[in-house]
Amino acid sequence: MSSLSRDDVAKLAGLARIEMTESELVELSSQFGMILDAVARVQEMDLSGVKATSHPQPLENIARPDVVLPSLSPEEALSGAPAQEESRFRVPQILGEAE
Amino acid sequence: MALPTYDEVIAQWDPVLGLEVHVELNTKSKMFCSCATEFGAEPNTQTCPVCLALPGALPVVNEKAIESTILIGLALNCKIAPYSRFARKNYFYPDMPKNFQISQYDEPICFDGYVDVEIDTEEGPKQFRIEIERVHMEEDTGKSLHVGGATGRIHGADYSLLDYNRAGIPLVEIVTKIVPGTGKYAPEFAKAYVAELRDILRGLKVSDVKMEQGSLRCDANVSLKPIGSDVLGTRSETKNVNSLRSVERAIRGEMIRHAELLNDGKKVKQETRHFQEDTGLTRSGRSKEQAEDYRYFPDPDLVPVTPSATWIEGLRATLPERPSLRRKRLKEEWSVPDKEMQAMINADVLDIVEATVLLGADPTKARTWWLGEISRIANDQNVAVADLSITPADVAELVALVAAGELTDKLARQVVEGVIAGEGKPSEVVAKRGIKVVNDDGALMAAIEKVCTEQAETAEKVRGGHLPAAGALIGAVMKETKGQADAAKVRELLLKHLGQG
Repeated sequence: MSSLSRDDVAKLAGLARIEMTESELVELSSQFGMILDAVARVQEMDLSGVKATSHPQPLENIARPDVVLPSLSPEEALSGAPAQEESRFRVPQILGEAE
Repeated sequence: MALPTYDEVIAQWDPVLGLEVHVELNTKSKMFCSCATEFGAEPNTQTCPVCLALPGALPVVNEKAIESTILIGLALNCKIAPYSRFARKNYFYPDMPKNFQISQYDEPICFDGYVDVEIDTEEGPKQFRIEIERVHMEEDTGKSLHVGGATGRIHGADYSLLDYNRAGIPLVEIVTKIVPGTGKYAPEFAKAYVAELRDILRGLKVSDVKMEQGSLRCDANVSLKPIGSDVLGTRSETKNVNSLRSVERAIRGEMIRHAELLNDGKKVKQETRHFQEDTGLTRSGRSKEQAEDYRYFPDPDLVPVTPSATWIEGLRATLPERPSLRRKRLKEEWSVPDKEMQAMINADVLDIVEATVLLGADPTKARTWWLGEISRIANDQNVAVADLSITPADVAELVALVAAGELTDKLARQVVEGVIAGEGKPSEVVAKRGIKVVNDDGALMAAIEKVCTEQAETAEKVRGGHLPAAGALIGAVMKETKGQADAAKVRELLLKHLGQG
Protein backbone atom coordinates (compact mmCIF):
# COMPACT_ATOMS: atom_id res chain seq x y z
CA MET A 1 0.00 0.00 0.00
CA SER A 2 1.54 3.24 -1.09
CA SER A 3 1.01 6.38 0.86
CA LEU A 4 1.82 10.03 0.89
CA SER A 5 3.25 11.49 4.07
CA ARG A 6 1.54 14.33 5.87
CA ASP A 7 4.46 16.55 4.82
CA ASP A 8 4.02 15.60 1.14
CA VAL A 9 0.41 16.69 1.32
CA ALA A 10 1.36 19.90 3.10
CA LYS A 11 3.85 20.68 0.29
CA LEU A 12 1.24 20.00 -2.42
CA ALA A 13 -1.27 22.16 -0.59
CA GLY A 14 1.32 24.94 -0.45
CA LEU A 15 2.03 24.66 -4.19
CA ALA A 16 -1.71 24.80 -4.91
CA ARG A 17 -2.20 27.67 -2.45
CA ILE A 18 -4.80 25.71 -0.49
CA GLU A 19 -4.94 26.24 3.25
CA MET A 20 -5.51 22.99 5.17
CA THR A 21 -5.97 22.06 8.80
CA GLU A 22 -3.80 19.45 10.49
CA SER A 23 -6.61 16.90 10.49
CA GLU A 24 -7.28 17.49 6.77
CA LEU A 25 -3.61 16.90 6.00
CA VAL A 26 -3.65 13.58 7.84
CA GLU A 27 -6.96 12.50 6.33
CA LEU A 28 -5.89 13.39 2.79
CA SER A 29 -2.57 11.60 3.06
CA SER A 30 -4.39 8.26 3.40
CA GLN A 31 -6.92 9.17 0.67
CA PHE A 32 -4.10 10.07 -1.72
CA GLY A 33 -2.60 6.65 -0.88
CA MET A 34 -5.78 4.94 -2.04
CA ILE A 35 -5.81 6.93 -5.29
CA LEU A 36 -2.17 6.10 -5.97
CA ASP A 37 -2.90 2.40 -5.34
CA ALA A 38 -5.77 2.47 -7.79
CA VAL A 39 -3.62 4.08 -10.47
CA ALA A 40 -0.76 1.70 -9.72
CA ARG A 41 -2.91 -1.22 -10.87
CA VAL A 42 -2.59 0.10 -14.41
CA GLN A 43 1.15 -0.42 -14.17
CA GLU A 44 0.62 -4.15 -13.50
CA MET A 45 -0.72 -4.59 -17.01
CA ASP A 46 1.37 -5.13 -20.13
CA LEU A 47 1.10 -1.77 -21.86
CA SER A 48 3.97 -2.09 -24.31
CA GLY A 49 2.68 -0.77 -27.59
CA VAL A 50 0.08 1.47 -25.97
CA LYS A 51 0.74 5.16 -26.42
CA ALA A 52 0.48 7.46 -23.43
CA THR A 53 -2.92 9.12 -23.48
CA SER A 54 -3.52 12.71 -22.47
CA HIS A 55 -6.91 13.16 -24.04
CA PRO A 56 -9.96 10.88 -24.01
CA GLN A 57 -10.71 11.54 -27.69
CA PRO A 58 -8.27 10.32 -30.34
CA LEU A 59 -8.08 13.77 -31.92
CA GLU A 60 -5.11 15.58 -33.41
CA ASN A 61 -4.43 18.98 -34.96
CA ILE A 62 -7.54 20.83 -33.85
CA ALA A 63 -6.68 24.42 -34.71
CA ARG A 64 -8.40 27.68 -35.60
CA PRO A 65 -7.55 30.17 -38.33
CA ASP A 66 -5.73 33.36 -37.26
CA VAL A 67 -8.82 35.57 -37.24
CA VAL A 68 -9.65 38.26 -34.69
CA LEU A 69 -13.09 38.18 -33.09
CA PRO A 70 -14.51 40.84 -30.74
CA SER A 71 -13.17 40.78 -27.18
CA LEU A 72 -15.02 41.57 -23.97
CA SER A 73 -15.33 45.24 -23.08
CA PRO A 74 -13.03 46.29 -20.20
CA GLU A 75 -16.14 46.68 -18.04
CA GLU A 76 -17.22 43.10 -18.78
CA ALA A 77 -13.70 41.80 -18.31
CA LEU A 78 -13.37 43.51 -14.93
CA SER A 79 -16.92 42.78 -13.74
CA GLY A 80 -15.83 39.79 -11.67
CA ALA A 81 -12.71 41.38 -10.23
CA PRO A 82 -12.70 41.81 -6.43
CA ALA A 83 -10.85 45.11 -6.93
CA GLN A 84 -9.98 47.28 -9.91
CA GLU A 85 -8.25 50.55 -10.67
CA GLU A 86 -7.60 52.41 -13.95
CA SER A 87 -9.26 49.62 -15.99
CA ARG A 88 -6.86 47.12 -14.47
CA PHE A 89 -7.26 44.21 -12.09
CA ARG A 90 -5.97 45.26 -8.68
CA VAL A 91 -4.15 42.51 -6.78
CA PRO A 92 -2.58 42.52 -3.30
CA GLN A 93 1.15 42.99 -2.76
CA ILE A 94 3.05 40.28 -4.64
CA LEU A 95 6.46 40.38 -2.92
CA GLY A 96 7.56 42.00 0.35
CA GLU A 97 10.60 44.24 0.72
CA ALA A 98 13.78 43.00 -0.95
CA GLU A 99 15.96 41.13 1.51
CA MET B 1 38.81 44.57 -3.28
CA ALA B 2 38.67 46.01 -6.78
CA LEU B 3 36.77 44.24 -9.52
CA PRO B 4 39.01 42.17 -11.77
CA THR B 5 39.46 43.58 -15.25
CA TYR B 6 37.95 41.64 -18.16
CA ASP B 7 41.45 40.59 -19.28
CA GLU B 8 42.15 39.20 -15.81
CA VAL B 9 38.88 37.27 -15.89
CA ILE B 10 39.55 35.56 -19.21
CA ALA B 11 43.17 34.80 -18.30
CA GLN B 12 41.87 32.48 -15.58
CA TRP B 13 38.27 31.58 -16.38
CA ASP B 14 36.39 30.01 -19.25
CA PRO B 15 32.79 31.24 -19.69
CA VAL B 16 29.94 28.86 -20.47
CA LEU B 17 26.73 30.37 -21.87
CA GLY B 18 23.13 29.35 -22.28
CA LEU B 19 20.71 31.67 -24.06
CA GLU B 20 16.93 31.64 -23.96
CA VAL B 21 15.22 33.94 -26.39
CA HIS B 22 11.50 34.66 -26.26
CA VAL B 23 9.86 35.87 -29.44
CA GLU B 24 6.34 37.26 -29.64
CA LEU B 25 4.81 36.12 -32.91
CA ASN B 26 3.03 38.73 -35.02
CA THR B 27 -0.18 36.77 -35.49
CA LYS B 28 -3.33 38.88 -35.61
CA SER B 29 -5.03 36.89 -32.86
CA LYS B 30 -3.79 35.28 -29.64
CA MET B 31 -2.38 31.77 -29.21
CA PHE B 32 -5.49 30.06 -27.84
CA CYS B 33 -8.30 32.57 -28.40
CA SER B 34 -9.43 35.10 -31.02
CA CYS B 35 -8.54 38.29 -29.12
CA ALA B 36 -6.48 40.89 -30.99
CA THR B 37 -2.76 41.32 -30.29
CA GLU B 38 -2.28 45.07 -30.96
CA PHE B 39 0.65 46.58 -29.06
CA GLY B 40 -0.23 49.57 -26.89
CA ALA B 41 -4.03 49.12 -26.81
CA GLU B 42 -6.00 50.48 -23.83
CA PRO B 43 -5.75 48.15 -20.79
CA ASN B 44 -7.94 45.05 -20.79
CA THR B 45 -9.59 45.77 -24.14
CA GLN B 46 -8.18 42.59 -25.72
CA THR B 47 -9.37 39.87 -23.36
CA CYS B 48 -12.00 37.15 -23.36
CA PRO B 49 -13.09 34.23 -21.18
CA VAL B 50 -10.19 32.08 -22.50
CA CYS B 51 -7.31 34.46 -21.78
CA LEU B 52 -8.92 35.60 -18.52
CA ALA B 53 -9.31 31.95 -17.49
CA LEU B 54 -13.00 32.19 -16.75
CA PRO B 55 -14.60 28.85 -15.83
CA GLY B 56 -15.53 26.61 -18.73
CA ALA B 57 -13.54 28.44 -21.39
CA LEU B 58 -11.78 26.18 -23.87
CA PRO B 59 -8.50 27.09 -25.63
CA VAL B 60 -8.06 26.30 -29.35
CA VAL B 61 -4.62 26.73 -30.86
CA ASN B 62 -3.91 29.29 -33.60
CA GLU B 63 -2.88 27.51 -36.81
CA LYS B 64 -0.72 30.41 -37.98
CA ALA B 65 1.25 30.27 -34.72
CA ILE B 66 2.06 26.60 -35.31
CA GLU B 67 3.09 27.38 -38.88
CA SER B 68 5.32 30.26 -37.73
CA THR B 69 6.97 28.08 -35.09
CA ILE B 70 7.71 25.35 -37.62
CA LEU B 71 9.17 27.99 -39.96
CA ILE B 72 11.41 29.22 -37.15
CA GLY B 73 12.51 25.66 -36.38
CA LEU B 74 13.32 24.98 -40.03
CA ALA B 75 15.25 28.24 -40.37
CA LEU B 76 17.30 27.26 -37.30
CA ASN B 77 18.11 23.86 -38.85
CA CYS B 78 15.94 22.01 -36.33
CA LYS B 79 14.15 18.71 -36.63
CA ILE B 80 10.36 19.04 -36.49
CA ALA B 81 8.60 16.64 -34.15
CA PRO B 82 5.92 14.56 -35.90
CA TYR B 83 4.03 14.52 -32.57
CA SER B 84 4.14 17.16 -29.89
CA ARG B 85 1.89 18.29 -27.08
CA PHE B 86 1.13 21.29 -24.94
CA ALA B 87 1.75 21.09 -21.21
CA ARG B 88 0.62 23.14 -18.26
CA LYS B 89 3.35 24.86 -16.30
CA ASN B 90 1.79 25.47 -12.90
CA TYR B 91 2.70 28.48 -10.81
CA PHE B 92 0.90 31.21 -8.94
CA TYR B 93 1.58 34.69 -10.11
CA PRO B 94 -0.98 37.35 -10.96
CA ASP B 95 0.34 37.87 -14.52
CA MET B 96 -1.16 34.47 -15.47
CA PRO B 97 -4.85 34.41 -14.55
CA LYS B 98 -5.11 30.64 -15.07
CA ASN B 99 -2.40 29.96 -12.47
CA PHE B 100 -0.63 27.98 -15.14
CA GLN B 101 0.98 28.87 -18.43
CA ILE B 102 0.31 26.70 -21.46
CA SER B 103 3.75 25.73 -22.73
CA GLN B 104 5.53 22.66 -24.02
CA TYR B 105 7.62 20.44 -21.79
CA ASP B 106 9.22 17.19 -22.89
CA GLU B 107 7.74 17.23 -26.40
CA PRO B 108 8.76 20.54 -28.02
CA ILE B 109 7.70 21.03 -31.63
CA CYS B 110 11.28 21.71 -32.89
CA PHE B 111 14.60 20.39 -31.55
CA ASP B 112 18.31 19.88 -32.33
CA GLY B 113 19.21 22.82 -34.55
CA TYR B 114 22.05 25.31 -34.88
CA VAL B 115 22.86 28.87 -35.87
CA ASP B 116 26.24 29.89 -37.31
CA VAL B 117 27.42 33.32 -36.29
CA GLU B 118 30.39 35.41 -37.27
CA ILE B 119 32.03 38.31 -35.45
CA ASP B 120 34.75 40.76 -36.42
CA THR B 121 37.70 40.77 -34.05
CA GLU B 122 41.10 42.39 -34.07
CA GLU B 123 42.39 38.93 -35.03
CA GLY B 124 40.05 38.90 -38.06
CA PRO B 125 36.60 37.38 -38.54
CA LYS B 126 35.69 34.46 -36.25
CA GLN B 127 32.89 31.94 -36.72
CA PHE B 128 31.05 29.94 -34.10
CA ARG B 129 28.22 27.43 -34.24
CA ILE B 130 25.60 27.88 -31.52
CA GLU B 131 23.58 24.70 -31.07
CA ILE B 132 19.85 24.89 -30.47
CA GLU B 133 18.32 22.54 -27.93
CA ARG B 134 14.67 23.27 -28.64
CA VAL B 135 12.09 25.69 -30.00
CA HIS B 136 8.72 25.49 -28.33
CA MET B 137 5.36 27.26 -28.25
CA GLU B 138 3.84 28.97 -25.25
CA GLU B 139 1.83 32.05 -24.35
CA ASP B 140 2.88 35.44 -23.03
CA THR B 141 1.82 36.78 -19.64
CA GLY B 142 -0.06 39.93 -18.65
CA LYS B 143 1.59 43.19 -17.79
CA SER B 144 1.94 44.34 -14.16
CA LEU B 145 2.12 47.87 -12.85
CA HIS B 146 3.47 48.06 -9.31
CA VAL B 147 1.99 50.85 -7.25
CA GLY B 148 3.48 52.39 -4.12
CA GLY B 149 6.85 51.81 -2.51
CA ALA B 150 9.86 53.94 -3.21
CA THR B 151 10.92 52.75 -6.63
CA GLY B 152 7.91 51.52 -8.57
CA ARG B 153 9.51 48.09 -8.43
CA ILE B 154 7.77 44.95 -7.29
CA HIS B 155 9.73 44.91 -4.04
CA GLY B 156 7.99 47.08 -1.49
CA ALA B 157 5.05 47.92 -3.76
CA ASP B 158 1.73 48.32 -1.93
CA TYR B 159 -0.26 46.53 -4.61
CA SER B 160 -0.18 45.78 -8.32
CA LEU B 161 -2.43 46.45 -11.31
CA LEU B 162 -2.83 43.92 -14.10
CA ASP B 163 -3.54 44.40 -17.79
CA TYR B 164 -4.18 41.08 -19.55
CA ASN B 165 -4.00 42.34 -23.16
CA ARG B 166 -0.65 40.59 -23.54
CA ALA B 167 -1.73 37.43 -21.72
CA GLY B 168 -2.05 34.71 -24.34
CA ILE B 169 -0.09 36.35 -27.16
CA PRO B 170 1.83 33.57 -28.94
CA LEU B 171 5.35 33.25 -27.67
CA VAL B 172 8.10 31.08 -29.06
CA GLU B 173 11.00 30.17 -26.82
CA ILE B 174 14.32 29.34 -28.47
CA VAL B 175 16.75 27.62 -26.12
CA THR B 176 20.41 26.94 -26.90
CA LYS B 177 22.32 23.95 -25.69
CA ILE B 178 25.07 24.72 -23.20
CA VAL B 179 27.55 26.84 -25.14
CA PRO B 180 31.16 26.27 -24.08
CA GLY B 181 34.25 27.33 -25.99
CA THR B 182 33.45 30.93 -26.87
CA GLY B 183 36.33 32.04 -24.62
CA LYS B 184 37.01 35.73 -24.42
CA TYR B 185 34.57 36.48 -27.23
CA ALA B 186 31.59 35.12 -25.25
CA PRO B 187 29.83 38.52 -25.01
CA GLU B 188 30.36 39.26 -28.72
CA PHE B 189 29.23 35.81 -29.89
CA ALA B 190 26.12 36.04 -27.71
CA LYS B 191 25.28 39.42 -29.20
CA ALA B 192 25.94 38.13 -32.73
CA TYR B 193 23.67 35.15 -32.03
CA VAL B 194 20.77 37.33 -30.92
CA ALA B 195 21.36 39.66 -33.89
CA GLU B 196 21.38 36.72 -36.31
CA LEU B 197 18.19 35.33 -34.72
CA ARG B 198 16.57 38.74 -35.07
CA ASP B 199 17.52 38.91 -38.76
CA ILE B 200 16.31 35.35 -39.41
CA LEU B 201 12.97 36.05 -37.69
CA ARG B 202 12.57 39.32 -39.56
CA GLY B 203 13.29 37.52 -42.84
CA LEU B 204 10.61 34.95 -41.97
CA LYS B 205 8.16 37.80 -41.21
CA VAL B 206 6.89 35.90 -38.15
CA SER B 207 7.59 38.61 -35.55
CA ASP B 208 8.13 42.35 -35.30
CA VAL B 209 11.38 41.52 -33.42
CA LYS B 210 11.43 44.87 -31.66
CA MET B 211 13.61 44.39 -28.60
CA GLU B 212 12.61 47.78 -27.19
CA GLN B 213 8.92 46.78 -27.28
CA GLY B 214 9.68 43.39 -25.79
CA SER B 215 8.73 41.30 -28.84
CA LEU B 216 12.25 39.79 -28.65
CA ARG B 217 13.69 39.20 -25.19
CA CYS B 218 16.83 37.41 -24.13
CA ASP B 219 17.65 35.62 -20.88
CA ALA B 220 21.37 34.95 -20.51
CA ASN B 221 22.76 32.11 -18.40
CA VAL B 222 26.42 32.57 -17.53
CA SER B 223 28.83 30.44 -15.54
CA LEU B 224 32.59 30.29 -15.27
CA LYS B 225 34.90 27.28 -15.01
CA PRO B 226 38.66 27.30 -14.56
CA ILE B 227 40.37 27.15 -17.96
CA GLY B 228 40.96 23.50 -18.85
CA SER B 229 38.37 22.18 -16.39
CA ASP B 230 35.41 20.01 -17.44
CA VAL B 231 33.36 20.85 -14.39
CA LEU B 232 30.67 23.47 -14.97
CA GLY B 233 30.41 26.30 -12.48
CA THR B 234 27.21 27.59 -10.89
CA ARG B 235 25.20 29.74 -13.28
CA SER B 236 23.22 32.90 -12.88
CA GLU B 237 20.33 33.74 -15.18
CA THR B 238 19.98 37.38 -16.25
CA LYS B 239 16.43 38.12 -17.34
CA ASN B 240 14.91 40.29 -20.02
CA VAL B 241 17.95 41.83 -21.59
CA ASN B 242 16.31 44.24 -23.98
CA SER B 243 18.85 45.36 -26.57
CA LEU B 244 21.69 43.79 -28.52
CA ARG B 245 24.18 45.99 -26.73
CA SER B 246 22.74 44.92 -23.38
CA VAL B 247 23.27 41.25 -24.23
CA GLU B 248 26.97 41.95 -24.59
CA ARG B 249 27.15 44.18 -21.50
CA ALA B 250 25.14 41.83 -19.30
CA ILE B 251 27.32 38.82 -20.10
CA ARG B 252 30.56 40.74 -19.70
CA GLY B 253 29.29 42.17 -16.39
CA GLU B 254 28.23 38.76 -15.08
CA MET B 255 31.60 37.22 -16.05
CA ILE B 256 33.38 39.91 -14.03
CA ARG B 257 30.99 39.56 -11.08
CA HIS B 258 31.36 35.76 -10.99
CA ALA B 259 35.16 35.99 -11.23
CA GLU B 260 35.29 38.43 -8.34
CA LEU B 261 33.27 36.05 -6.14
CA LEU B 262 35.28 33.01 -7.18
CA ASN B 263 38.64 34.79 -6.78
CA ASP B 264 37.60 35.68 -3.23
CA GLY B 265 36.84 32.04 -2.52
CA LYS B 266 33.11 32.76 -2.42
CA LYS B 267 30.38 30.87 -4.24
CA VAL B 268 28.19 32.06 -7.07
CA LYS B 269 24.56 31.80 -6.02
CA GLN B 270 22.24 30.13 -8.50
CA GLU B 271 19.64 32.82 -8.97
CA THR B 272 17.71 35.00 -11.36
CA ARG B 273 19.19 38.47 -11.86
CA HIS B 274 17.79 41.57 -13.53
CA PHE B 275 19.86 43.63 -15.95
CA GLN B 276 19.87 47.36 -15.29
CA GLU B 277 20.17 49.41 -18.43
CA ASP B 278 21.59 52.53 -16.70
CA THR B 279 24.51 50.94 -14.84
CA GLY B 280 25.08 47.85 -16.98
CA LEU B 281 25.05 45.79 -13.76
CA THR B 282 22.64 43.09 -12.66
CA ARG B 283 20.58 43.04 -9.50
CA SER B 284 19.62 39.93 -7.57
CA GLY B 285 16.09 38.73 -8.17
CA ARG B 286 14.40 35.51 -7.23
CA SER B 287 16.69 32.99 -5.54
CA LYS B 288 16.64 29.57 -7.14
CA GLU B 289 17.98 27.72 -4.09
CA GLN B 290 14.68 25.91 -3.85
CA ALA B 291 14.20 24.07 -7.09
CA GLU B 292 10.98 25.28 -8.72
CA ASP B 293 8.25 22.72 -8.94
CA TYR B 294 6.06 23.50 -11.92
CA ARG B 295 4.34 20.09 -12.00
CA TYR B 296 4.12 20.05 -15.79
CA PHE B 297 1.49 17.75 -17.26
CA PRO B 298 -0.10 17.45 -20.70
CA ASP B 299 -2.89 20.00 -21.11
CA PRO B 300 -6.14 18.01 -21.27
CA ASP B 301 -7.91 20.88 -23.09
CA LEU B 302 -5.62 20.69 -26.12
CA VAL B 303 -4.92 17.85 -28.51
CA PRO B 304 -1.55 16.77 -29.93
CA VAL B 305 0.02 18.69 -32.82
CA THR B 306 1.09 16.27 -35.55
CA PRO B 307 2.28 18.25 -38.58
CA SER B 308 2.39 16.16 -41.74
CA ALA B 309 5.63 15.75 -43.64
CA THR B 310 3.95 17.34 -46.65
CA TRP B 311 3.09 20.46 -44.69
CA ILE B 312 6.60 20.69 -43.21
CA GLU B 313 8.28 20.24 -46.60
CA GLY B 314 5.90 22.79 -48.11
CA LEU B 315 6.98 25.28 -45.46
CA ARG B 316 10.65 24.44 -45.94
CA ALA B 317 10.29 25.32 -49.61
CA THR B 318 9.17 28.84 -48.67
CA LEU B 319 12.18 29.59 -46.43
CA PRO B 320 13.90 32.82 -47.46
CA GLU B 321 17.63 33.07 -48.00
CA ARG B 322 19.58 32.91 -44.72
CA PRO B 323 20.50 36.48 -43.68
CA SER B 324 24.23 35.77 -43.34
CA LEU B 325 24.33 34.23 -46.83
CA ARG B 326 22.26 37.07 -48.25
CA ARG B 327 24.70 39.62 -46.82
CA LYS B 328 27.62 37.74 -48.39
CA ARG B 329 25.84 37.56 -51.75
CA LEU B 330 24.88 41.24 -51.78
CA LYS B 331 28.39 42.26 -50.72
CA GLU B 332 29.82 40.41 -53.73
CA GLU B 333 27.15 41.48 -56.22
CA TRP B 334 27.50 45.11 -55.26
CA SER B 335 31.30 44.99 -54.67
CA VAL B 336 30.89 46.81 -51.37
CA PRO B 337 33.85 47.29 -49.03
CA ASP B 338 33.49 45.66 -45.56
CA LYS B 339 33.17 48.96 -43.79
CA GLU B 340 30.36 50.19 -46.03
CA MET B 341 28.55 46.85 -45.77
CA GLN B 342 28.72 47.08 -41.99
CA ALA B 343 27.49 50.67 -42.12
CA MET B 344 24.43 49.56 -44.13
CA ILE B 345 23.70 46.75 -41.67
CA ASN B 346 24.11 49.07 -38.68
CA ALA B 347 21.85 51.68 -40.30
CA ASP B 348 19.35 48.93 -41.12
CA VAL B 349 19.07 49.97 -44.78
CA LEU B 350 20.05 46.70 -46.46
CA ASP B 351 16.47 45.79 -47.44
CA ILE B 352 15.70 49.23 -48.74
CA VAL B 353 18.96 49.48 -50.74
CA GLU B 354 18.30 46.07 -52.25
CA ALA B 355 14.78 47.14 -53.24
CA THR B 356 16.25 50.26 -54.88
CA VAL B 357 18.82 48.23 -56.82
CA LEU B 358 16.12 45.81 -57.96
CA LEU B 359 14.36 48.83 -59.48
CA GLY B 360 17.38 49.41 -61.65
CA ALA B 361 19.54 51.81 -59.60
CA ASP B 362 23.30 51.49 -59.51
CA PRO B 363 24.19 49.77 -56.18
CA THR B 364 26.82 52.33 -55.21
CA LYS B 365 24.54 55.27 -55.97
CA ALA B 366 21.59 53.64 -54.17
CA ARG B 367 23.74 52.94 -51.12
CA THR B 368 25.16 56.48 -51.07
CA TRP B 369 21.71 58.06 -51.06
CA TRP B 370 20.26 55.84 -48.34
CA LEU B 371 23.33 55.94 -46.11
CA GLY B 372 24.13 59.58 -46.76
CA GLU B 373 21.57 62.30 -47.31
CA ILE B 374 18.50 60.24 -46.41
CA SER B 375 20.02 58.79 -43.21
CA ARG B 376 21.11 62.29 -42.24
CA ILE B 377 17.56 63.62 -42.57
CA ALA B 378 16.20 60.59 -40.66
CA ASN B 379 18.69 61.29 -37.86
CA ASP B 380 17.71 64.96 -37.75
CA GLN B 381 14.04 64.01 -37.49
CA ASN B 382 14.86 61.21 -35.04
CA VAL B 383 13.00 58.57 -37.04
CA ALA B 384 14.00 55.36 -38.80
CA VAL B 385 14.98 55.64 -42.46
CA ALA B 386 12.15 53.27 -43.33
CA ASP B 387 9.64 55.61 -41.70
CA LEU B 388 10.44 58.54 -44.01
CA SER B 389 8.04 58.99 -46.91
CA ILE B 390 10.76 58.44 -49.54
CA THR B 391 10.61 55.02 -51.22
CA PRO B 392 13.06 52.80 -53.12
CA ALA B 393 11.18 53.76 -56.31
CA ASP B 394 11.81 57.48 -55.59
CA VAL B 395 15.52 56.90 -55.07
CA ALA B 396 15.75 54.75 -58.21
CA GLU B 397 14.07 57.57 -60.16
CA LEU B 398 16.45 60.10 -58.64
CA VAL B 399 19.50 58.04 -59.57
CA ALA B 400 18.16 57.76 -63.13
CA LEU B 401 17.60 61.55 -63.36
CA VAL B 402 21.18 62.21 -62.23
CA ALA B 403 22.55 59.61 -64.65
CA ALA B 404 20.61 61.23 -67.51
CA GLY B 405 22.23 64.57 -66.64
CA GLU B 406 18.89 66.12 -65.73
CA LEU B 407 19.98 66.69 -62.13
CA THR B 408 23.33 67.36 -60.50
CA ASP B 409 24.05 65.70 -57.14
CA LYS B 410 23.46 69.01 -55.47
CA LEU B 411 20.08 69.52 -57.13
CA ALA B 412 19.16 65.91 -56.39
CA ARG B 413 19.62 66.62 -52.67
CA GLN B 414 16.99 69.36 -52.95
CA VAL B 415 14.71 66.87 -54.66
CA VAL B 416 15.23 64.37 -51.80
CA GLU B 417 14.21 67.05 -49.33
CA GLY B 418 11.12 67.76 -51.41
CA VAL B 419 10.11 64.10 -51.62
CA ILE B 420 10.54 63.67 -47.85
CA ALA B 421 8.55 66.87 -47.29
CA GLY B 422 5.67 65.24 -49.14
CA GLU B 423 5.87 67.25 -52.38
CA GLY B 424 5.49 64.11 -54.49
CA LYS B 425 7.68 61.88 -56.59
CA PRO B 426 11.09 63.18 -57.74
CA SER B 427 9.79 64.22 -61.20
CA GLU B 428 6.95 66.12 -59.53
CA VAL B 429 9.32 67.86 -57.13
CA VAL B 430 11.56 68.82 -60.06
CA ALA B 431 8.57 70.31 -61.90
CA LYS B 432 7.04 72.07 -58.88
CA ARG B 433 10.29 73.60 -57.68
CA GLY B 434 11.46 74.46 -61.20
CA ILE B 435 14.71 72.63 -60.60
CA LYS B 436 16.74 72.05 -63.71
CA VAL B 437 20.31 71.70 -64.76
CA VAL B 438 21.64 74.62 -66.77
CA ASN B 439 23.00 72.79 -69.77
CA ASP B 440 22.33 75.54 -72.21
CA ASP B 441 25.82 76.42 -73.50
CA GLY B 442 24.83 80.06 -74.04
CA ALA B 443 23.77 80.61 -70.43
CA LEU B 444 26.84 78.77 -69.19
CA MET B 445 29.19 80.76 -71.43
CA ALA B 446 27.67 84.00 -70.16
CA ALA B 447 28.39 82.94 -66.59
CA ILE B 448 31.92 81.79 -67.50
CA GLU B 449 32.74 85.05 -69.23
CA LYS B 450 31.39 87.03 -66.28
CA VAL B 451 33.48 85.06 -63.79
CA CYS B 452 36.63 85.29 -65.94
CA THR B 453 36.25 89.06 -66.09
CA GLU B 454 35.69 89.37 -62.34
CA GLN B 455 38.64 87.10 -61.54
CA ALA B 456 40.88 88.12 -64.39
CA GLU B 457 44.08 87.32 -62.47
CA THR B 458 43.03 83.72 -61.83
CA ALA B 459 41.79 83.34 -65.39
CA GLU B 460 45.19 84.51 -66.60
CA LYS B 461 46.93 81.80 -64.54
CA VAL B 462 44.76 79.13 -66.14
CA ARG B 463 45.39 80.62 -69.55
CA GLY B 464 49.09 80.31 -68.72
CA GLY B 465 48.68 76.56 -68.12
CA HIS B 466 48.24 76.51 -64.32
CA LEU B 467 45.21 74.18 -64.35
CA PRO B 468 44.65 73.76 -60.57
CA ALA B 469 43.59 77.42 -60.48
CA ALA B 470 40.54 76.47 -62.59
CA GLY B 471 38.86 75.02 -59.48
CA ALA B 472 38.13 78.43 -58.03
CA LEU B 473 36.62 79.61 -61.33
CA ILE B 474 34.45 76.51 -61.68
CA GLY B 475 33.23 77.05 -58.11
CA ALA B 476 32.31 80.63 -58.94
CA VAL B 477 30.42 79.58 -62.09
CA MET B 478 28.50 76.97 -60.09
CA LYS B 479 27.60 79.66 -57.61
CA GLU B 480 26.58 82.00 -60.40
CA THR B 481 24.25 79.33 -61.81
CA LYS B 482 22.90 78.48 -58.32
CA GLY B 483 24.25 74.94 -58.48
CA GLN B 484 22.07 74.13 -61.46
CA ALA B 485 24.98 73.53 -63.80
CA ASP B 486 26.78 70.29 -64.35
CA ALA B 487 30.30 70.80 -62.97
CA ALA B 488 31.95 68.56 -65.58
CA LYS B 489 30.33 70.52 -68.37
CA VAL B 490 31.40 73.83 -66.80
CA ARG B 491 34.97 72.61 -66.56
CA GLU B 492 34.97 71.56 -70.19
CA LEU B 493 33.60 74.89 -71.43
CA LEU B 494 35.81 76.95 -69.11
CA LEU B 495 39.04 75.28 -70.17
CA LYS B 496 38.07 75.64 -73.81
CA HIS B 497 37.31 79.33 -73.23
CA LEU B 498 40.77 79.83 -71.71
CA GLY B 499 42.53 78.00 -74.48
CA GLN B 500 43.25 74.87 -72.47
CA GLY B 501 40.48 72.59 -73.84
